[in-house]
Amino acid sequence: MARNSHSRIIGQFPGFGKFTFLFFVYLYLPIIVVMVLSFNASPAATVWGGFSLEWYGKALANADLRTAAWNSIQIAVSAALLSTVLATFAANTLHRLTGRKDATLAQGVIMLPLVLPEIVMAVALLSFFSSLGVSLGKGNLIIAHTLLCLPFAFLPIRARLQGMDASLTEAAADLYARPFSRFRHVTLPMLMPGIVSGFMLAFVVSMDNFTVSLLVSQAGSTTLPVFIFGMLRVGVTPDVNAASTLIILASTALVVVSFLLAGRNPK
Amino acid sequence: MSTPANQGKLAERAGMLPAALFVAAFLLVPLGLVVAYSFMPANSFGGVDPGFSTDAYRNVLYEQRLDGSFRLSAAYLLIVWRSIYVAGLTTLIVLAISLPVAIYIARQVPRRRTFLLLMVTIPFWANILIRTFAWILLLRDTGVINGFLTALGVISSPLPLLNTTGAVLVGLVYTFAPFMVLPIYGRMERLQQSQLEAAHDLYANRWQVFRHIVWPAALPGVVAGSLLTFIPCLGSLIAPELLGGGKQMMLGNLIYRQFSEARNWPFGAAIAVLLLVIVALIGLVQVYLARRKFAGKVA
Repeated sequence: MARNSHSRIIGQFPGFGKFTFLFFVYLYLPIIVVMVLSFNASPAATVWGGFSLEWYGKALANADLRTAAWNSIQIAVSAALLSTVLATFAANTLHRLTGRKDATLAQGVIMLPLVLPEIVMAVALLSFFSSLGVSLGKGNLIIAHTLLCLPFAFLPIRARLQGMDASLTEAAADLYARPFSRFRHVTLPMLMPGIVSGFMLAFVVSMDNFTVSLLVSQAGSTTLPVFIFGMLRVGVTPDVNAASTLIILASTALVVVSFLLAGRNPK
Repeated sequence: MSTPANQGKLAERAGMLPAALFVAAFLLVPLGLVVAYSFMPANSFGGVDPGFSTDAYRNVLYEQRLDGSFRLSAAYLLIVWRSIYVAGLTTLIVLAISLPVAIYIARQVPRRRTFLLLMVTIPFWANILIRTFAWILLLRDTGVINGFLTALGVISSPLPLLNTTGAVLVGLVYTFAPFMVLPIYGRMERLQQSQLEAAHDLYANRWQVFRHIVWPAALPGVVAGSLLTFIPCLGSLIAPELLGGGKQMMLGNLIYRQFSEARNWPFGAAIAVLLLVIVALIGLVQVYLARRKFAGKVA
């Protein structure tokens, strides 16, 4: 232990610890301010009027806000499911074909939604759906979100495959398991934590998406962030703080669970 | 096509096709459509009229006067420049902040490392709109910072913090810092303790350790983080809209306005194509530099 702590000192830069602390203050200050103000009885940001749940009551009583939240959940579950299924098959195949030219190309295509500016994808999807002339309502948003979620669902599954012991699938092959049953009984169970983690990240990405949703959503398919943006345009009211706090808590819980699942070592 | 070998080849690849085709149908085709729209006449109710027109691109550089003549105008070039400037400055600030943080986290014992990484990741997943909106609560005239400074007696009237380029920068740096911390951390984690010990044994001072060991090891992470920051910043919509008050126009809200209020889709499409070209150029430069570095190593 003493040796360990000594070797840790080498390569340590003075002041970086304090700097990192300040960094975390910067990172969390705005979130904490929103949370604290959501419990403030006074609508003013600078006056503490006592603890109150009034704004939560107001936010939850807002029927349009509830509809938007429900839309968001429906879209996020659908998009996360779709993208995870697509990503699972793609990751499995691409892992097998690692290094081949067409596999590299396919992986590049799948990662595209991650590298393109979101506003460009937003107007591209808007142009696309409007040129088709038909609207699928929430379906448009499900397609758009599936696209955006795909890389986020893909990456944890791909990472899990890379950490997996190839000898197990080889053993199954030696025992004359056909490719599909190899996938079903060996690969899939081992991949599960990666798939669940990918699904959760995709869900959070969809729930949080703003720019694409703003342009693609229509009257009946407003999502939660788009609705909150509308509230902010009218004026910053404390019930936005309450709704925001609930959303932050929900996505934090999901990310922590996903992180714990992904962190478990492959068996 | 029906030979067993070919079937095997196709079956081998079948798994990646649905995902790749999905992206092709719902991203590559729509992007092609944007390019096509940028060369069509505008319909004043939104959308485009059939036909061919280069008006959209001419509008980027020229302004049509009331008498129909065209005059060179720098208004939109200024927005392009402001976007590049703000995105570049954001990237530099984010780098300066993230480097010490990533180095510090990588030097911790594993348990503490995992915890700190999770702490970096959580705000990154919290809704970007809400995180940006939170800065309004801090920066506005009746906000937390002005209220705090007034209570301390430092200022008598509120500082104009919101609706400035500074506010946009604060919001963007805040949004993108985790994008830089994580890739740099990834490289620093791989840095061998023995290398640092060797440097120490050779009496290298901290600056030399940083210059000759830490920085070269971090560089690929720095490049990745800079791309992950610079490119989304260029087209960012939320920060300039909410914190810049929509007055400090950037490419993101310029494109958004054309497709919403202004109803000039071809012009919006042309700006989107311009943004795509800038991103593609950055990608090409990066590939070129990576190849050259690789070739240098082989030779």
